[in-house]
Parts: sequence; structure tokens; C-alpha cells
Amino acid sequence: MNTALLARNARILLPTLSFVVILLAVFWLQPRAMSYVGLNLLLNLALPIAFATIAQMFVITVNDLDLSLGAYVGFVACVGATWLGEQPALGVLVLAAGIAVYAAVGALIHLRNLPSIVVTLGMSFVWLGLAILVLPTPGGKAPDWLRALMTWKTPIVPFAIYALLALAIIVHFGLMRSAYGAVLRGAGGNPRSVERAGWSLLRTKMVMFALAGVFGMFAGLALVGLTTSGDANIALRYTLLSIAGVILGGGEFTGGRISPVGAVIGAMTLTLAGSFLSFLRLDPDWQIGAQGVILIIVLALRVLINRAEARTA
Amino acid sequence: MSLLRRLLDKPWLGAYAGALAIWLATIAFTEGQGGAGVLTAALSFATFSVLVAIGQMYVITLGPGNVDLSIPATMTLAGAVSMKIMDGNDPMIVPGLLIALGCGAGVGVFNYGLIRLLRIPPIIATLSSSFVFLSAAISYSRGIRIKPPPLLADFTTWIVAGIPVLAVAGALLTLAMSVVLHRTVFGRTVTAIGQNPRAARLAGLHVDRVRFATYVMCGVFAGLTGYLVSGFSGGAALNMGSEYLLASIAVVVIGGTSVAGGFANLPGLWGAAMLLFLLVTMLNTYGFGAGIRLVLTGVIIIAVITLASRKAVR
Repeated sequence: MNTALLARNARILLPTLSFVVILLAVFWLQPRAMSYVGLNLLLNLALPIAFATIAQMFVITVNDLDLSLGAYVGFVACVGATWLGEQPALGVLVLAAGIAVYAAVGALIHLRNLPSIVVTLGMSFVWLGLAILVLPTPGGKAPDWLRALMTWKTPIVPFAIYALLALAIIVHFGLMRSAYGAVLRGAGGNPRSVERAGWSLLRTKMVMFALAGVFGMFAGLALVGLTTSGDANIALRYTLLSIAGVILGGGEFTGGRISPVGAVIGAMTLTLAGSFLSFLRLDPDWQIGAQGVILIIVLALRVLINRAEARTA
Repeated sequence: MSLLRRLLDKPWLGAYAGALAIWLATIAFTEGQGGAGVLTAALSFATFSVLVAIGQMYVITLGPGNVDLSIPATMTLAGAVSMKIMDGNDPMIVPGLLIALGCGAGVGVFNYGLIRLLRIPPIIATLSSSFVFLSAAISYSRGIRIKPPPLLADFTTWIVAGIPVLAVAGALLTLAMSVVLHRTVFGRTVTAIGQNPRAARLAGLHVDRVRFATYVMCGVFAGLTGYLVSGFSGGAALNMGSEYLLASIAVVVIGGTSVAGGFANLPGLWGAAMLLFLLVTMLNTYGFGAGIRLVLTGVIIIAVITLASRKAVR
């Protein structure tokens, strides 16, 4: 393979490798997972996490961080489990308003030069509060079409795999290969030159936050389609999972250096790591800790590979 | 006139003004009832937020990307280990404190090891290590809640003339850390790194050593707070640190410290911590449901930040 191609793909090489290793480890511990049903069980929860990770990735691309994402996904799940089924018009309107709020948050952060960490921290209270207002106690019922979609028996491999593949490809072409995608990434890499070239930084930030809102919404809908009922606290851990997924997938916090394919793989790796640990029959006290250790190992490997690369280059 | 101008330029003014406004709105609702009691409670709880926020503030001042997300896990670990070792015995109070501080320092060393040796971004490094240390705390304490030594419990809840003694001690510590920030080589180096790490390195400052010390110090403050909170609330609980993750960051930023680093502000921490506690009290007093309370908390935090940042916009 020529070195240029290798260099271009190095960013997603390690995430892919970690995913394969952990998938093989799961298969080795639990051979029955190597089936249609097994893969479906392993990967269907990866879909909402992957949507959330992509949403977080859009925000990270413009050098911001969204700490409200988990609460927002929970809010969408609550709306999905109540209004979307009972009064579809109202449900759609509320979800659209949610995306508009995301764009407005992006605008506020840009216009006032505010730290995104704090604004989204404040927004996490807002979304959680709204979710509790929509659905005070866990319950509700996902619309039938959503449940049908999420439990769709597709040929050969489960629906989740097709959906993850489609997600990775669509976002890759939209953000990495299109002209406007380059502008959007440039707004994170070199905002001043993007502005000099005549693009509105305000607009790019609003577009990125709105996209985060759209994909966060998909995450919430996918989640409620799987769990069939909503709960305001259902997705709070998605905030940290999504950030970890982006970084695990080869993304960086600054400079617009991200990889959509890597982010999807990162989300899948995190999901599988959870299953792997439960198959290991590890002491439950150490389940969370082991997840931390896996994160550390993968990130440490990335450094070693980067260093080796720098030496050969 | 110039004194007024100088006062108005202070970045922490917004936090104190907000806290005062919220307190007035609360006692206006209760027609003056319990206004002093609310302040006493606010001082007690603000002390804990301020203590973790001091460490977090030094870390954030190191520059973009620097933040410690392991504070809750550190607090839980330090609280659980020190409570178990003291086992309710008064003579063990000092060894218990040293152990709590040691736990915090250990977490800090581990965090900076990940950041420096493995080049993991601080957000992810401290997040991953917090998982590990939380597991360690769970595994170590086995869910048993051990009462703190009576003397420690009495000290942490000791109130003289409506002012918690702990808050006075916290204020003295804040003052000391303010001197460290502005008058010592260490403090000036932290600020210099936050303003321009390359320039700081070229100027011959010990950038790595100072960053290391800052992360360790943040862990020590979290350990201290875990110890005190355990004493205050009758033992270590596994979730006792969770609310301090967001609080530590919010207090730092509302208090006027720059999230981009290089500019720290200690007096603002108290205003911001009081503001956050009084906000919750006010919304409780007004008798709102949980949903509305959360929404208003978020909206008010964003409003305070937006107003406080007006001068920072170029």
C-alpha cells in the first residue's frame, strides 16, 4: 500500500483494529454471539450511541463540547414515548423546536464568545427539566412505526449493521467529501481564514449545532424504539459516552480534525466493551473501572502508533 | 469615582450581584422569614463547592482542554477510605485526613501520568481514571456506610453566630490560595502557561513540573472535600461526589475565571457557589415542581454567564 493512502487512513486504522479485537474477544467468550440474533443483541444498542457520537462530533468539529447531549437525547426519548404517538403533529413540532434551540445555542455561543462547556451545562438542566415536564414518571409508549423500524428483520445481517453503515457513509460524504463540509471543518481548523474567504462563522456554528440537534434526535428516537418506553434519565450517560466515542474514533478536541467513520466505530467499540465485560463475569464492582481501563489502553495504543509513525516519516 | 469604576470592572461582581438578587427574591417571598438561616446553610454548602472549585480553577487556568472530571470519584474514594480507616474514632482524625489527602494526591499523579506519558487529552484521561477510582471506592467500601468520628462531625457542622466555622476556614484557605496564585512563582507560572504555553516554556519556566503539581493539587482539594463532606453528612456515600462535577466547573466559570485559561479569579468562587446554592433554595421555596426547577436553573445559569461575559467580548 502506498504511504499517502496509509497516512490518510491512519486515523481510522486503530479504531477499526480495536473494534475487531474486542469483537473477536466477545466471540471467543460467547460463541453463540456469532449469529444473527447474537449480533442483533450486541449491536442494536450501538445505534443510538452512534447517533449521539456523531452529534457530539459535529460540535467537537467547531472546537466546542456539548455536555447537554445526554439530557437532550432523554428529552427526545420522552417526547417520542408520549406526544409523537398520541399527537404526531405536536410531537414533530416539538422535536423541530428542539433542533431550533440547538441552533440558537450555537448562535449564542458564537455571538457572545461564551464557553460552550458552561452554556451546554446549563442546557443539560433545561433538557432534563423539560423531559420531566413531558414525562414525569418513566413510561409512555413508542409509536408503532418506530418500534417496527427498530425491530425490522433485515436479510443476512441485523438492521443495526445496515443502519450503522449507512450512518457512517452518509456523514462521511457529507462532511469529509462535500465542499460545504470542508468549510464546516475549516471553521474548526482555521476560523479566521474561513471568515476571510467570505463564509459566515455564525452560520457554520449554527449549522453544526443544528446538525448535532438532528442526530441527537435520531439517537433519542432510536433509543425509544428499542426500549419502547421513555424516561428522563434514560440517556444521561450518553454525554460522556459520545465524547469518548469521538476521541476513540480518532477525533481530536480542537482543529476540526474528526473522522465520522471512526466515530461510528468508536461508538460500536464502547458498546461492545460493555458486553465483553459482562461476558467476562467480572466482579460487578469493577465493571465501570474496567471500562475506564479499556479506554486508557486504546488511547495509549494510539499514542504508540502515532509515535512510530512520526519516527518512520 | 475611580474606586467605583475599579469595583465595576471586577469580573466577580456579576456572581455576587446575582447571589444577592436571588437571596432578596427568596426572602421577599417568605416575607423575611428564615433569611439568615438560608445564608448559614448557603455558606456551609458553598464551602464544599468552593474547595473543589479552587483545584478545578487552577487546572482550568492551565489553558484550553485542561479540566479535571475525576473530582467526584476522588471525593468518593477519599471519603470512603478515610471513613473506614478512622472507623468512628476521634484520635484517628488527623491520620484519616492525611489518608484522604493522600488518596487525592494519588489520583492527581495517576491523572497527570495519563496526560503526560500517554498524551491522552485531559478530559478523557480524567474521565477514564474516574471510572477506575469509582470502581475502587465501590469495591473498597462494599456499600457499608461508616459513621465519621464524632469530633469531625461536630467540627464540620459547627456554627458560631450564624456563621459556619468551616466556611471561615474555607475563606482563609481561599485567601491563601489567592496569595499563591498572585505572589508565588508557582501561581504565576500556572497563569503564564494558560496564556501561552510555548512562551512559558521558552521563558524557562518549569511547565511540566507546574502542570503536574496543579493536577496533584486539584486531587488533594477533592480529597479534602470528600473527607469534609463525609464528616458533614454522616459518612461517605458512593454518589456523594456526583453533584460536584458540574458544580466545580460552573462555580469556576460563573466566578469570572476564563475558560480559555490564563486568567483565574478566586473571590468570584464564593459568589458563584452562593449563587448556585441560593438558586436551588429559591426555586424550592417558590414550590415549583422538579421539571420547572431544573429548567429555571439552566436558564438562570446561562443568563448569568451571558451577562457576566459582556465585557469579555472583543
